[in-house]
Amino acid sequence: MRALKLLALLPFAALLGGCDFVVLAPAGDVAVQQRDLVVISTILMLIIVLPVMALTVFFAWRYRQSNTAAPYEPEWDHSTQLELVIWSAPLLIIICLGALTWMGTHLLDPYRSLGRIAADKPIESKDAALSVEVVALDWKWLFIYPDYGVAAVNELAAPVDRPIRFRITASSVMNSFYIPALAGQIYAMPGMETKLHAVANTAGTYRGFSANYSGAGFSGMHFEFKSLSSADFDKWIGTARASGNMLGRTDYLQLERPSENDPVRLYRSVDRDLYKAILNMCVEPGKMCMSEMMAIDAKGGLGREGLNNTLPLTYDKYARRGAPLGAEPTFVAGICSMDEIKDAPSRDVLAPLDLTPLRGVGLKRPPFSPAHPSSTSLLLGQRPKSDS
Amino acid sequence: MNPDLIKMIFGRLNLDALPIHEPILVGTFAVVATGGLVLFALVTYFRLWTYLWREWFTTVDHKRIGIMYMILGIVMLLRGFADALMMRLQQAIAFGGSDGYLPAHHYDQIFTAHGVIMIFFVAMPLVTGLMNYVVPLQIGARDVSFPFLNNFSFWMTVGGAVLVMMSLFVGEFARTGWLAYPPLSNIGYSPDVGVDYYIWGLQVAGVGTTLSGINLVCTIVKLRAPGMTMMKMPVFTWTSLCTNVLIVASFPVLTAVLALLSLDRYVGTNFFTNDFGGNPMMYVNLIWIWGHPEVYILVLPAFGIFSEVTATFSGKRLFGYTSMVYATVVITILSYLVWLHHFFTMGSGASVNSFFGITTMIISIPTGAKMFNWLFTMYRGRIRFELPMMWTVAFMLTFVIGGMTGVLLAVPPADFVLHNSLFLIAHFHNVIIGGVLFGLFAGINYWFPKAFGFRLDPFWGKLSFWFWVSGFYFAFMPLYVLGLMGVTRRLRVFDDPSLQIWFVIAAFGAFLILLGIGAMLVQFAVSILRREQLKDATGDPWDGRTLEWATSSPPPDYNFAFTPVVYDNDAWWDMKRRGYRRPLTGFKPIHMPSNTGTGIILAGFATVMGFALIWYIWWLAAVSFLALLAVAIGHTFNYHRDFHIPADEVVRTEDARTRVLTAGAQS
Repeated sequence: MRALKLLALLPFAALLGGCDFVVLAPAGDVAVQQRDLVVISTILMLIIVLPVMALTVFFAWRYRQSNTAAPYEPEWDHSTQLELVIWSAPLLIIICLGALTWMGTHLLDPYRSLGRIAADKPIESKDAALSVEVVALDWKWLFIYPDYGVAAVNELAAPVDRPIRFRITASSVMNSFYIPALAGQIYAMPGMETKLHAVANTAGTYRGFSANYSGAGFSGMHFEFKSLSSADFDKWIGTARASGNMLGRTDYLQLERPSENDPVRLYRSVDRDLYKAILNMCVEPGKMCMSEMMAIDAKGGLGREGLNNTLPLTYDKYARRGAPLGAEPTFVAGICSMDEIKDAPSRDVLAPLDLTPLRGVGLKRPPFSPAHPSSTSLLLGQRPKSDS
Repeated sequence: MNPDLIKMIFGRLNLDALPIHEPILVGTFAVVATGGLVLFALVTYFRLWTYLWREWFTTVDHKRIGIMYMILGIVMLLRGFADALMMRLQQAIAFGGSDGYLPAHHYDQIFTAHGVIMIFFVAMPLVTGLMNYVVPLQIGARDVSFPFLNNFSFWMTVGGAVLVMMSLFVGEFARTGWLAYPPLSNIGYSPDVGVDYYIWGLQVAGVGTTLSGINLVCTIVKLRAPGMTMMKMPVFTWTSLCTNVLIVASFPVLTAVLALLSLDRYVGTNFFTNDFGGNPMMYVNLIWIWGHPEVYILVLPAFGIFSEVTATFSGKRLFGYTSMVYATVVITILSYLVWLHHFFTMGSGASVNSFFGITTMIISIPTGAKMFNWLFTMYRGRIRFELPMMWTVAFMLTFVIGGMTGVLLAVPPADFVLHNSLFLIAHFHNVIIGGVLFGLFAGINYWFPKAFGFRLDPFWGKLSFWFWVSGFYFAFMPLYVLGLMGVTRRLRVFDDPSLQIWFVIAAFGAFLILLGIGAMLVQFAVSILRREQLKDATGDPWDGRTLEWATSSPPPDYNFAFTPVVYDNDAWWDMKRRGYRRPLTGFKPIHMPSNTGTGIILAGFATVMGFALIWYIWWLAAVSFLALLAVAIGHTFNYHRDFHIPADEVVRTEDARTRVLTAGAQS
């Protein structure tokens, strides 16, 4: 039976060869490190999982009823040594894994700027990060390049070996921004901003998509991520600049209406504040920005008068009907027109350029000088004096 | 007629709500309606209505309620599995420009319904059913603490299931995924009735679950036989206790979060909206504060079943009873400290993510200890590979894989690349099928002879076992592979043709599981037909160790003529070893609760109220709510709540058992 089972696995092995395991063979340094964690933790756990599986099969076979040669001890139900082993073995593995998790989670925090381009390539000052503002729309992706003033729908390009700093939000419902070859995913949420830092190390075209179900057009909500050489990237920017499209606020309001399987579109210019307006949910003229609202609230709010400062909402992405027993849907009206929408204070986490202190390698030894020699004697009583 | 009047009478319910333009649904309706009519006609023809009403629908006997829970769970399994099969089929063919056979509107309902039904109306009723049946017997009690409440809880669960099933033919179900995350599930993006069906289905059933949790906690704490201290309780009772504590502590959170969502949807509050200070992520946090303990609510009783089965079929005391109990309690507590691992990708800081990742990993320590305890229970045993034991070994081999991938997903950076992918789908099916469902099947095969007095047919059982186990591996191992290829969940169409083969294999696996379910149904039918050959007269077919095997199969209404006295944690094993003799004289009248129809009537009104709220039929909601109150208050004036089984009837029942036992001993 077992041999048959193994035989049945053979075609799988053949299948595995022809597949693109993008999670296990990514093209970006962040995804590579995440892959490494996947592999290392799996191996760590196999240390205990494999013996358990083997023992299960072995015990099930050895102590089968028909095997009367095996010892039978119906009353044996406790062994302190064994208990110690079965609690401490998983504990040890989890201690290792926990340490790995703590370090990995902090080092690979998506909010943290990159500390290196690749394992063998440290980051240099000339490698200024490319800023990309990502908006998940129903059901397409909008990418804005604030440094270049261009934008694209359903296509993302970036130069190889240049760090990318994504700022991510959504227009209506929650999505998840994910390019498996580049880096792990992060949610795109309306009215909120998430961040992701990544870098692509090889040129090529990779798949990006939404990894969180967002409604009817979800299946078609994918895009191509083009990792280009620096020259090709400039060419791509050139193509975008040569396209006739412009993305102003009214164009955006048209664009954000639900549509499925949208083609790639490039925009030669973008409203300078569009991303901030989307994030603060005030692209519609006359609507108060959340940043403004928060600033007013931080100063004590408008009091009861604030309740009246609303206007009826005519359109909110879908055909909004409003709650059956509630008031008609409204929005908060802007009080004064603002020249510039304020940014939320930055929460960027900066990576140390040198990881050595974190590893504790090559550090100068701290001088040993007990502050109160008499009080440490209890602990260090056995220690020979010559040690310090 | 005046449209305003029609709107007042019918709310938003109109003929468009009937899916007559969807051939799949019309076909399903035809099949269900025919089946229902045939069943109705048969029951009427054999004049079974009075019998069903008197003996089953209004019963307060925990055994019958347990059996009804099991039937509900198995019927809903068929619905939930039909959804799974349709999904697998759609994903196997929707390649290369093909749109498959399901439009988004239908497909999105299917995956939502599959999740909701499998968790709330398959796994929960099956788990609750087994606990209901077994726990009072294991602790030597006559019934649960609150027998009427038990009946009411069951019918509320049925009410929720009825609402969810109704959405198939009247209106539609949610298209949001099984946890209905806002803003998608809020009124702006889901204005139709789907999410309302979801909310009210779960709210009605949730009342039942919470009350049955309270009932069982109380039963275990208060009704144990003399001598059964906490540390002498059978492990299944222990895990049931922990599960019900989890239910009592976590289901109110679900109720509250759904209530907030319905306020958003009905009266325009802004708890989870994008605007006006609402925050959808608050919902995500709250629902997982319920959702993660829910996972342990399901799996702990399964762990208990495996403990009973392993000890019984190894003919040996359970290894490390004390550490098993502590492991269970530790899991219970830790299950509240891990909810955030379901959304590491929300963008919380690295320290928060590490905390929740590490607490999640810590859970694997007591779970690992449990695994070793079962292993060392088998060690130096005499293992009989009957069906329950086969399921247990399959569980041990399958569950460790699911546990391993679970710990992997608890590493936040690993989760960033695997979150929401098919790897995750494979993981949780691996633990829910490989853990919960295998456990339930072990439990069903193990306790069936107790409930009905005959064993389940082993041939069809083994057939079902092999189809299920192999089907599971074929259906879900490809999903692990696809997850590593970066394929995300809930997709309806694909354009990368190299993925198709894996979906085809998964669909084949689902087909094998279909055969497994079929074989299981045949197993039930064959066992009923062959009940004379499979008969167990002793009441103890497996050489059991716990008290439920001390009484007859099926047990009499009163479970035990005399409450047993317990000296050991394997009480019945201990009694057998000391040469226990059944008492044959000295029987007294037994005080029992009376049947009542109030539970089913209350649940009926609650269901009608749910339906009325879903369709905005306000007058009906008000009327049914008032009726609900009136019946509930009216029931407090019902003084015919209990009766005594006369001593001579107890004598007759016990004498009959004595005759059966002596006949069995002589033959």
